[in-house]
Amino acid sequence: MRLSSGKILHAIGLTAVILFTLFPFYWMVSASFKTQSDILASPPVWLFAPTLDHYREIFADSKVLGAVGNSLIIATATTALAVMLGAPAAFALARYEFRGKSDLWFWFISNRMKSPIVLALPVYILALQLKMLDTHLVLILIYLTFNLPIVVWICTDQFKSIPPDLEQAARLDGADQFTIFRKIYLPLGAPGIAVSAIFSFIFSWNELLYALVLTRRDVQTAPVVATSFMSGYELPWGKIMATGTVIVLPVTIFALIVSRHMVRGLTMGATK
Amino acid sequence: MPGPVSKPHIRPNRGYGRWTPFWFLAPAVLTLFIIGIYPTIFAVVTSFRRYNIARPRDGFPFIGLENYTSVLTDSTFWASLFLTAKFYVTVLPVEVALGLMIALLLHKTGMGFLKSLARVTLVVPLATTYAVVGLIGRLIFNRDFGVANWFLDRLGIGALDWLGSQTGAFAAIVIMDIWQWTPFCALIFLAGLSMVPGEIEEAARLETSSKWAMLKHVQLPYLMPGLTALLILRSADVLKLFDMVFVMTRGGPGSATDLVSIYIQRVGFRIFDLGTASAQAILLLIITILISRLYIRVLYKEVN
Repeated sequence: MRLSSGKILHAIGLTAVILFTLFPFYWMVSASFKTQSDILASPPVWLFAPTLDHYREIFADSKVLGAVGNSLIIATATTALAVMLGAPAAFALARYEFRGKSDLWFWFISNRMKSPIVLALPVYILALQLKMLDTHLVLILIYLTFNLPIVVWICTDQFKSIPPDLEQAARLDGADQFTIFRKIYLPLGAPGIAVSAIFSFIFSWNELLYALVLTRRDVQTAPVVATSFMSGYELPWGKIMATGTVIVLPVTIFALIVSRHMVRGLTMGATK
Repeated sequence: MPGPVSKPHIRPNRGYGRWTPFWFLAPAVLTLFIIGIYPTIFAVVTSFRRYNIARPRDGFPFIGLENYTSVLTDSTFWASLFLTAKFYVTVLPVEVALGLMIALLLHKTGMGFLKSLARVTLVVPLATTYAVVGLIGRLIFNRDFGVANWFLDRLGIGALDWLGSQTGAFAAIVIMDIWQWTPFCALIFLAGLSMVPGEIEEAARLETSSKWAMLKHVQLPYLMPGLTALLILRSADVLKLFDMVFVMTRGGPGSATDLVSIYIQRVGFRIFDLGTASAQAILLLIITILISRLYIRVLYKEVN
């Protein structure tokens, strides 16, 4: 089989894309396996004897473990709440016509655009007054401001695709709307609910600004702790990169699971 | 019983009344109201007060529009908005152009395995924790051992003090943003390209062998909605941009990377002048609301 020049160019182009997207990620992961002197080497070392020291260090570091635990608690709790509150709202938006529906819909979407700094200021003052600074709860609640719209959007889309005949049949059997939601929409909409939950988890896990200003010592999240290592005279690069890898790895796996829906999740469905 | 034909038959038993959607919506709406709207109103009120928590003895008196007049005459605030705009017009053309090229590569027939691999790897930058993107940037653009300088060296260009110089730092955050968001553009364009009906594409291919004519006359109409979405979404995202830049440069050196969200954060949480910061945040919110109105008007036309 002869390869045409077009095919070769195509292959080179695709390889370049893969190298471009993976390189920074690869560079972080490889640094996490390098000794400090290999990291500080100039020119950079491409082949090196890998070490697990930095991972041993962070898995023995209660600060890192605690931060990962906090991130896990917060992201899981906020996701659970977002689904519990968002799925019923999505059901109403998908199945009913009522006044103000489109305004409500747009209000949900416009939350996607808002800068977190706008809410961080007042929420900081309110949390200070309510003695809620540095608690899991304040982050769990504030993360709902971006998770809830995501869940509502994706679930509405999913629920709309469920054929109405099923509902008609259930109605004839005398099922009320709450039963229909529980017995038909929740199980059949499960794929969409799962996708929205994964997005909600990724966004909460990745968040830095709110976590930075609303926590002190007790509930610092993983990104906050990772960035806190970035001070001092000689930076512990290997430890920082190992922490970075540990933070990024789970969400990357999640993102690969929902990769087909990535565009929908990030645009709130403006493009199908 | 007469009634509109199009409405489904509504039985007057439990769970079918006109209040039913209300019960399903109430928990979500109420929650968003408490955690979203109420703090926003609180921020508006704060923006009319002197509210410096580093000086609690001054109290928090109402001072009318004073915060707004001081923000609107604050050249640093305008400079941060201007810098944000400059960042936007720098990253966007590159992201759109590269994204389109990648989308075309992925749309082309053949190279099945490499193509699906590339398609999957595009998700990696998008999922990478923004703060960690900043950490990676610190490593790559390090003056002494960063791999960026090694690349420059290969190209015969001298080493740069990336994060220590004004232009270098701006370039560094631009490059990291391009890395993270080009895949987003690529995926949106790819979705657009896959909407072009196969037979039209085939017919056009018989007419012309020019890729450019193909793109301009056949594919472009299908790419336009995605492009519009990108222009608007990325503008909102750049106004939000905080994590990556904060970790990489803290807005410095000087004010070289002092984007608007970074600046407001500093006024609020470093200087603790929450009154002024709130006024700035409200102005930012107004800009954002205008952008999302535009987004909705342009892209959700069919809903109304």
